[in-house]
This record gives sequence, structure tokens and C-alpha cells, in this order.
Amino acid sequence: MTILEDRPSNPAAGDHDRPIGHGRMQRKEDPRFVRGKGHYVDDIVLPGMLHGAILRAPVAHARLVSIDTTEALAHPGVVAVITGTDLQALGLAWAPTLSMDVQAVLVTDKVRFQGQEVAFVVADDRYAARDALELIQVEYDVLPPVVDARKAMDADAPVIRDDLEGRTDNHIFDWEAGNKAETDAVFDSADVVVSQELVYPRVHPAPMETCGAVADFDPIDGRLTLYETTQAPHAHRTLFAMVSGIPEHKIRVVSPDIGGGFGNKVGIYPGYILAVVGSIVTGKPVKWVEDRSENLMSTSFARDYIMQGEIAATKDGKILGLRTSVLADHGAFNATAQPTKYPAGFFHIFTGSYDLVAAHCTVTGVYTNKAPGGVAYACSFRVTEAVYLVERMVDILARKLDMDPVELRLKNFIKKEQFPYANKTGWEYDSGDYEPTMRLSMKMAGYDELRREQKEKRERGELMGIGISFFTETVGAGPRKDMDILGLGMADGAELRIHPTGKAVVRISAQSQGQGHETTFAQIVAEEIGIPPEDIDVVHGDTDQTPFGLGTYGSRSTPVSGAAVAIVARKVREKARFIAAAMLETRPEDLEWEKGRWFVKGDPSVGKTMAEIAMGAHGTVALPEGIDGNLDAEITYDPPNLTFPFGAYICVVDVDPGTGHVKVRRFIAVDDCGTRINPMIIEGQIHGGLTDGVGMALMEIIEFDQEGNCLGGSFMDYLIPTAMEVPDWETGFTVTPSPHHPIGAKGVGESATVGSPPAVVNAVVDALAPFGVVHMDMPCTPARVWEAMQGRTRPPV
Amino acid sequence: MQISMTINGTDVTREIEPRVLLVHFIRDDLRLTGTHWGCDTTNCGTCVVLMDGQPVKSCTVLAAMADGHAITTVEGLADGATLDPVQQGFMEEHGLQCGFCTPGMMLTARALLDHNPHPEPLEIREAISGQICRCTGYATIVRSIQWAAEHPAGSAKTNPEADAEATPEATEEEVTA
Amino acid sequence: MQIPAPFDYVRASSVDNALALLDRYGAESRVVAGGHSLLPMMKLRLARPEWLIDINDLFELDYMLVDGQVLRIGAMTRHTALLESDDVQRLFPIITDAERVIADPIVRNRGTIGGSLCQADPAEDLSTVCHVLEAVAVVRGPAGERMLSMTEFHRGPYETAVGQNELLIEVRIPIRTRSGSAYEKVERRVGDWAVAAAGASVSLAADGTISHAAVGLTAVGLDRNVSEVDPVLLGQVPAEQLFVEAGRLAGLACDPLADQRGPVDYKRHLADELTRRVLRVACSRAATSAAHTTTDTTQEG
Repeated sequence: MTILEDRPSNPAAGDHDRPIGHGRMQRKEDPRFVRGKGHYVDDIVLPGMLHGAILRAPVAHARLVSIDTTEALAHPGVVAVITGTDLQALGLAWAPTLSMDVQAVLVTDKVRFQGQEVAFVVADDRYAARDALELIQVEYDVLPPVVDARKAMDADAPVIRDDLEGRTDNHIFDWEAGNKAETDAVFDSADVVVSQELVYPRVHPAPMETCGAVADFDPIDGRLTLYETTQAPHAHRTLFAMVSGIPEHKIRVVSPDIGGGFGNKVGIYPGYILAVVGSIVTGKPVKWVEDRSENLMSTSFARDYIMQGEIAATKDGKILGLRTSVLADHGAFNATAQPTKYPAGFFHIFTGSYDLVAAHCTVTGVYTNKAPGGVAYACSFRVTEAVYLVERMVDILARKLDMDPVELRLKNFIKKEQFPYANKTGWEYDSGDYEPTMRLSMKMAGYDELRREQKEKRERGELMGIGISFFTETVGAGPRKDMDILGLGMADGAELRIHPTGKAVVRISAQSQGQGHETTFAQIVAEEIGIPPEDIDVVHGDTDQTPFGLGTYGSRSTPVSGAAVAIVARKVREKARFIAAAMLETRPEDLEWEKGRWFVKGDPSVGKTMAEIAMGAHGTVALPEGIDGNLDAEITYDPPNLTFPFGAYICVVDVDPGTGHVKVRRFIAVDDCGTRINPMIIEGQIHGGLTDGVGMALMEIIEFDQEGNCLGGSFMDYLIPTAMEVPDWETGFTVTPSPHHPIGAKGVGESATVGSPPAVVNAVVDALAPFGVVHMDMPCTPARVWEAMQGRTRPPV
Repeated sequence: MQISMTINGTDVTREIEPRVLLVHFIRDDLRLTGTHWGCDTTNCGTCVVLMDGQPVKSCTVLAAMADGHAITTVEGLADGATLDPVQQGFMEEHGLQCGFCTPGMMLTARALLDHNPHPEPLEIREAISGQICRCTGYATIVRSIQWAAEHPAGSAKTNPEADAEATPEATEEEVTA
Repeated sequence: MQIPAPFDYVRASSVDNALALLDRYGAESRVVAGGHSLLPMMKLRLARPEWLIDINDLFELDYMLVDGQVLRIGAMTRHTALLESDDVQRLFPIITDAERVIADPIVRNRGTIGGSLCQADPAEDLSTVCHVLEAVAVVRGPAGERMLSMTEFHRGPYETAVGQNELLIEVRIPIRTRSGSAYEKVERRVGDWAVAAAGASVSLAADGTISHAAVGLTAVGLDRNVSEVDPVLLGQVPAEQLFVEAGRLAGLACDPLADQRGPVDYKRHLADELTRRVLRVACSRAATSAAHTTTDTTQEG
């Protein structure tokens, strides 16, 4: 059951299924996908193309003693074998990460995580490449690994990053936000203080398509064409130029159709660099596509935050302050993808939806012998961690105060009139109106009825849980003065061009990995200028064909690129006014707009459609001063602020008391992402994110044994929900526009992934209340739930 | 060794190594790239094709084992220019986002509806429980399949684009039986 | 994706042909049926046979046949066929219960009962089911056919009595009147190996007491039935306290290993809990079956 309202489109132009602008419409990109004609990286075949495969280290921490590639080179299908020594000669053995660290492209001195890249084979076909890997002889001298982040800073912990000069420990950074003194004062004098350690375990975005690239270096022209699974083609182009020495104008990055990104396809992985090197060395195109174990073991994981949470309140439930110290496991290299000034991302939004007196957080990042990463899987730059912390702490407080968790939240929400709201860690929330959203979710859920049912079931020994999450998250990075990635400000470009016959093309720097940009961005333009979306081509993914921008992650497409597109569309509309005036021999101020045409005020039959104006622009009519002969516009948009979508989620679970198995019976999600461009697409984004939440809350985890062996390296171990583990989602919405966004939209891609894990965990803990369980960590597998019922709630790491 | 099979109604014969997986045969030898792959352990289901009308995971079938059988890939779902109701349903009900799991999902749906024309939602979920989608959260996939069940003849909004590549490409080395 | 090491392939045309090929190619040859145990291992290069003998054309082994008081199942019968068979559900609902939770529906289209039993994974549901039903394995080799009890057939994890040049060709399950059976499994997610599972088969005498019972466990380190429950159940009228005691004994009899699916005490607890549940259901189904049985001289189990 879904409550969806479609905004009626202009009755004068278009019908209900084919809105000219915002509204529900089928996706323009679907026809190729349903025919199996999607064009993904592994579909690309170039003449003479070779295949690459990576030999990976089987141990977590070891000195590299020797590599013998003789046998591999002798294999008839092998064209080249590249080792760290070869890369060193080219100055490419190390590459910068997105977090001002360096990462090994191939091991030269030491292996630092299991699965790390050791050698690269280039062969005639993928089967020969795979065979050749076995022929490379490598000798390792195994070292004791650092696997437990809590032990990374022990005095006797092995130093992982001895490649960094002067490095004597595994410390990466300390960071803090908020006011410590004020917060400590609040805690010291509060009636009630509750503390809890919360672990957000290491998980993985695991898109269905793994990462890969086809590198095609043309030695005559010195030109590199790189087909890549990337969420940020322009950023990659600039970074490749900086790393490889190939000048930027000679690099073309093409992101074709991508089979899911979820933050996994933001960073530059050694495999991409190796494909480029392979192409340069062999003079042929080289394809490298990783297999699933490589994806899970070596590409950007997500989370791995150990958080000590504390919440202070009055005895009648006024929340005063939040305090947390976090230990962040970054793996062997600091490769988190986030704005430079934010080593812990936007974690300091952990103040959540509540009007606090004070807040303070510290985050310490450490190295361990695990794959690098951390910011991924729809985290909105660590917002998943922040929201999980606050929504669990609020629930733990509710239990302590014996208050209904909804009542406690309603009592503490930031009020509508307080927006724009300056929170206690430096954010300005743009807009919010939380109570109606919360009440709508309760109404949809039948909240009171659920609590009655729970009471009856408890009397019979049945375990039913109801979990609430009210999240405020922050997306749309971001203002260039505050936010950059390796010095590139997080702005986005957009270009709109109306052809003489009135069709259009809009070129964007955002990069769809399934979000439906070819539809929604056409709808944004359509809404502003009244050309039907079918007549608007959306071009993305090719750095040769699109303006510069930082790409799609952190739900930034709608807030940043979407704003850019709305603005260029308005520029085009305004330009059209002047041209129409010239065509109609009247003054621009005498014209009025209705979607699709400018007409003479008081005489609606006299006007010009956008198609007519486009022809006029390119035609022979005398143009006014300052107007040139086209209907084009471009912009680079620097967002003034982030946006702050929010939502109210209610999860209902039933736990089998005999086995600990958790069944998610219902999930009600009411989201407020501001102005809604296409409700069908929004609903799809929400459904996907809710599934992520069920997955993380109940089954997803990447674990390691004491030797540092990765235990989550396949889909037999890394469990992702199927259709049987999730309910039929119930979604609703409210609309609180963003005041600073041109169309009031906030973005929504990650909201459900952010908001749902605490709803599910809160529900499980609520179900186990009769056993006195106050907290248990994810994943709530049957075994861990049963252990919690026995009074054993051990953290997963 | 030489193998022969029917792909989307057309007989093909090729020389292959015995170890070639059916998914690679379809994608690399026949250049039908609508069938995908996404894991190492037969879990994800992006490689699902129909073998004699039944869904199978083509990453765990050798091309040699498919010799003598009839294979249907996503490229064979449409009947010339006319989309299968399942394909239409996925477009109507937003059953896809990135599209990577979609071919496998649609083929399983087709086989399910051929077997059970009016499945309950739970039966649909069970039928696709061997396949993972990371984007949609499954509810719209269920609705898409229900749409196809309710519109067994598709709908008037059939897309008239010609579907020219349902059959595999011919190569110079084409060997006929 | 992973790719197998090179090998040679031949397709058998009959059982005798398959046996001849196994003989010819010797120790480095393996038969492949559904392939969903062997091929994944070959792709990870954990198994590297030199010859693969494809037995998927052995349609002579694809059948389910009620033959007097025995259900005879050909070794090449696919999981999907077992799941969809009304006869199987009527006679041995434990098989239907188990098939519903074996792997996933698409893998079940290829996997076979013969393949599952010969793989003998410690978490293989059908191994437990066949122990509980006291199935007989029919194995054919150059010397002819031999019948093996499940205890004789199933030697341990990944080990059966099928010789290198032999083939499991049939599974025979004795049909009992006034009987019921059931299977229940705990898994972290559809398609995962069992955390633990239990199966039970119960037959009732005319006076409603238990005349025969068998309980088996999956994935908890016990390769035989929990024979310890026999003295507790036999001759008794089904009742909750019997199930509780049987469960307790099952928990003690097994020897689970701690792993990502759970610690030892949890798995023992599941052995206990699931044993109670499957006995409850098996007895209930047996009572229903008894109510439908005509009183005649049919042999009792």
C-alpha cells in the first residue's frame, strides 16, 4: 500500500502518464535495458582488446620477498606481466587516495591487506589471464596483522604504514566537532545519562555489477580513452591526469551504463590504473573487470565505526545533549571518499532531528590490515553512522525513562519555526517540519493498534517488536568554499541547448548508476520550459560530451546537478522571452509565461511556443541587444548549502523465540525530500534503501579472523536480502521544500539506507525487551538474537 | 570440441574449450551481452537464462552441457518488434533501476507465468528468491510480474521499435552442423 | 568471475556407458549431474578433474515411482521435480519440506538427489532426510549392483561408499502406513546453508502409540540418526513431554562447530528446539494419515 499523490501536470499540455515536468512517468532509459541492450563496461569489445587479471595477496600482512613471473610470461596467451618493480620505474607504484594518503597500486615492499594487488597479467583472453595468475610464484614473509581496530593503537601493535616517513604507529587522524566544555557541563548536571557502545560493522555496497575498466591508449595521438565503472567521470579524468602525467585534454573517461554504484564506484582502484598501464605497455586496449571476491575483499567497504554514545536528558524526557567518541577503522590506506576538510565525513550531524543544548564528538581514525575505504554504501558521508547512533541512543533513553519512543521524539523535535536551524556542531539545516511526517507514519502504521497487539502477544510469550527511526540527513555536497575532493570544489556544471526544431539536449555532470537521470533531468527541464521530456535528450557519463562536475554520490545529483539544470532551463526560458518579444514585435515585459510558451498579456492567442522561438533564435529575425542567435545556456552551480531530507520510519518485526529468527513483517516509510520530481522513481529509491537497511540490520557483515583473513569474500558469506526477506514496503510522503534550492528539491537516493537500519534494530531490541535487552549490535542474525535472549550481547567486532 | 544448440530459436554451432561456461559462451562467443554475471558462487542470478524453458544459472552450466538444448536469453523475449508482457510490465511498474539483474528477473518471470499464469505475490517472491537485486527492493519487480500476469497479451502501448539482434552474430568461423 | 582449470569433457549416453567411462578415465575423472556442487568448486579451482563425464543424458535415471511399499527415486531426479511431486508430498512430506529450503528455486532446477547425496556436505538436507526415512542407496558398478543402508552409504563429511568407478543410480524409500514426517531448517537467509536443521519420521500403531520413529539432524556434526530418542518415543502416545525429552537428547547427541552461523550452544539449542518441532508436526501428520488408513492387513513399519 503506498500513498502517492501526483501533481497534476499542465492540463493544456500532456496527459497524466506523460507529464510535461514533474510527475509519474515511465523511464526513458528502460527500453534498452528490458531488451538486454544496456551497455556496461564488460560489454565493451574493442579491436585487438586484451584482458587483464590481478594476482592478489593471500595474507593480510607480509613482506614481499620475491616474485617470479617467468612461467607466466612463457604462457602462450600472455602478452605482459607487470609487477610493483615495473611500476616503480614508471613512478606509478603508489597513487594518491581521495583522502590525502597514498595507496599501493601493486605491492613493492609489503602486503598490507588480504587481497591486495601484487601483480597484473595481460593476456589474449580472460581464461588465459586467469590461468597465468597461477604461474606467478610469490614468496611472502608473513607478519602479525592488526585486525582489531581497538588494538591498533596498542604500544606493541605492528606498524602497518612503514612506507610513510616517520610513521611509528597506526594513527591516522583525530577530529572533533561541537563544544566539549558546554557538553560536559550539560552531562555533569543532567538528571539522566545513558551510555552505550554501538558498533556499525564493516559492510559492503556490493552492486550487482563489479568494478572494471577498458583502457585504450593511442600511442600515436597520446590519447587515453578509459571506459570505466565510475560515479565521477570528470573527477577521475582530472585525477588520472595528475597521477599519470597524461595531459588532461588527452584523456577521455566514459562511464557507460553502470550496474549499481552505491558509493563503490567513486574511488580510483589499482585495477583501473593497471588497465591503463597495460594498454600503454602493450599498445592495445586492455579490459580489466574484477570478480566478486575481488570486489568484496579489496574495493571500498563501508562503515566500521565503533561508537561510544552518551545521551543526557531531564527526567521528564527533554534531551539535553549528545556526546560520542568514535574509533574509525579505515583499513590499510586512508582512501575514504569525502570532502577534504571532513575526515569523518558529515558524522557531526549525529545531533539528528532534536533540539539539543549541547553536543560534542571526537573521531579517531586508525589503520588496520584490511581493505581501504569506509565511505560508501549510501552513507551520505558517514551520515548512516551518525543517524544510527542518535536513533539508537534516543530509543535507549526512551527505555530508561519508560517513555514511548515516539512520544520522546515528538517532545524533542526541532520545531518548524526554528528553521533554518543551526545545530550544535556547525550545520544549518535548511528546512524541516517533523511532526506531520511522524504523525503520518503513525497513522499509516496504525501505531496504537500495533502497540495493543504487541501487549497481547507479550502476554502469550510471543516476541513482536516495533522500531522507530526519525532521521534527518544531509546531502548535496556542497559549497565549494567548504567542500572539495582533492582540491576540486564540489560544484556541478550543466548545459542546455534547444535545437531549431524545438528538441533539446541537456548535458550534465551527474552520473546515473540506475537512478533514472535520463528521465528525471529531462523532467526538470520540461517543468521549466514546457518541452516534453521525450523531446529532451539527457547526456551524461562522457567527459568529452559533458560539463565538469564532481559526479553522483552522497545523493548530490538532485540538489546540485538538478539545481544547475533548473537554473539553465530558467536562463533559456528568460532568453526565449526576449527572442519571442522580438518575433512578436513587442516588449519582453508585455509577455507572460504558461508552460511551453510566451504569450502577450491580455491576448493569449498571440504567442510563441518554445519550438517556434528556437527556430526564431536560429533564424533571421533581428535579435535584441545582448542576445545571441541560439537558445542555449550553461552554468556551473555552487550550492549555497547542503540540503536536509528527513523521514519517519516504523518497522514491525516478529522474532521466533525458539530460534531467534527475525521476520520483518511491515515497514512504513514516510519521506520528505522536498519537491518531488518523479514519485515513481522516488519510491524505487526508497524501496532499495530500505532493503539495504534490512540487510545490514539482519545479515550483512564483512568479518575477519585473527590472521586477517577476510571471511566475507563471497555471496555465500556476504548475505544480501532476497525478495523473501523483505516485506511489501508501505511508503508515504510529506513535502517541505528546500528554501535555497531552485526547485525546492533535496535529493533522496540515500535517505532510506540512512534511516532504516536503526528502525530495524530498534524493532528487534523492542521485541527482546521482555528479556531485558537494552541493546544489541547488528547484524541481528538468529544466533546473535538468541544470544541476546540469553543475556549475551557481544559486539560483532 | 564442437557444440550445437538453439539460441532464441536459431541453431548455432561453435568450437569451444570444454571448460567454457555457458554465460561466457553467450556473452563472448555469441556477443549476446544482455546476460550478465555478478558473483563467483552461483548466488546472484544475473546470469539466469532459460534452458528448455526453465531458469538456470548460466555461470554454473558448461556450454558443453547445453549442447543439444534450447536456450532463451533476454534478447529472445521479444517477438520481433513486440515486447513480451513481462518486458512491458517492468517498464510500467518501475521493476528496474540499473538494469543489471533485470534480464534474469524477466526470464524467471516468463518461466513462472508460463507455468503458473496467476501467481500470488508470495509465489512470485519465491520464484525470484534465487536472484539478488540491489536497487529496487523487489516490490516493484513483484508488481511488474503481476502486471504481466494481468496483461497476458501486453497492452496497446507496445513499443514498435524493431528488435534486430535477438539472434547471435555470425562470425567468419561459423561452422554448420 | 572465476573460471575452471582446463579439462576434457565427454557425455555419457547410458548408465553402462557412464560406468565404462569412469573406468576408462580413472581417478582423475568425475561425473557431473546438476553441477551446482562440482562446478563452483572447479571454478574456485578447489577441484581439478581431468575428465568430466556429463551424465545429464541419463534420462533412464530420472523417475519417481511407487513400487509396492517402496518409493523408488532415480538418482537424476531434480530437486524441482521432487518438490512439485504430489506423490512425494503425500507419502513423505519431509522431502517436500526439505526441498522448499534447499538452495534456491533456480539451483533446484539443475541439482539432483543423486548429486546431493554423493556430495555429502555436512549441511546437506537430503542426507538427513534419507537417514530419517531409512532409505536404501542402490549403487551400480562393474561388479553389478549393491544396496546400501544410509549408514553404509554415508561415511562422513564429503565421503560416501560409492567407488570411483561406481554410480549411485537409485534411492529407495520404504513406505509406511499411518506415518508422518517433517523437516525444519534455520537459515540466515534463503539459499544459505543451514545453521541447523532437523527431520523426523513417525509411524503409529493401530492403538495410536508410536511404532516407529527416526530423528535426524543437519549441520551439527551428527552423521547418523539420533537413535537415542528411540527408547523415549517407541510405544508411547505422542505427547509434548516426549518431544521435549527427545529434543534434549538430540541436543546432547550432536557435535556442532562454532562458525559465522553461530556458537556451539546455540546450535545445540537448535538441535533441541527443531527436533521438538519436527516431532510435533510428524506426529500430527501421522495421526492424519492414520485416520485415513483403512484397517487391513497392510504391513506396519
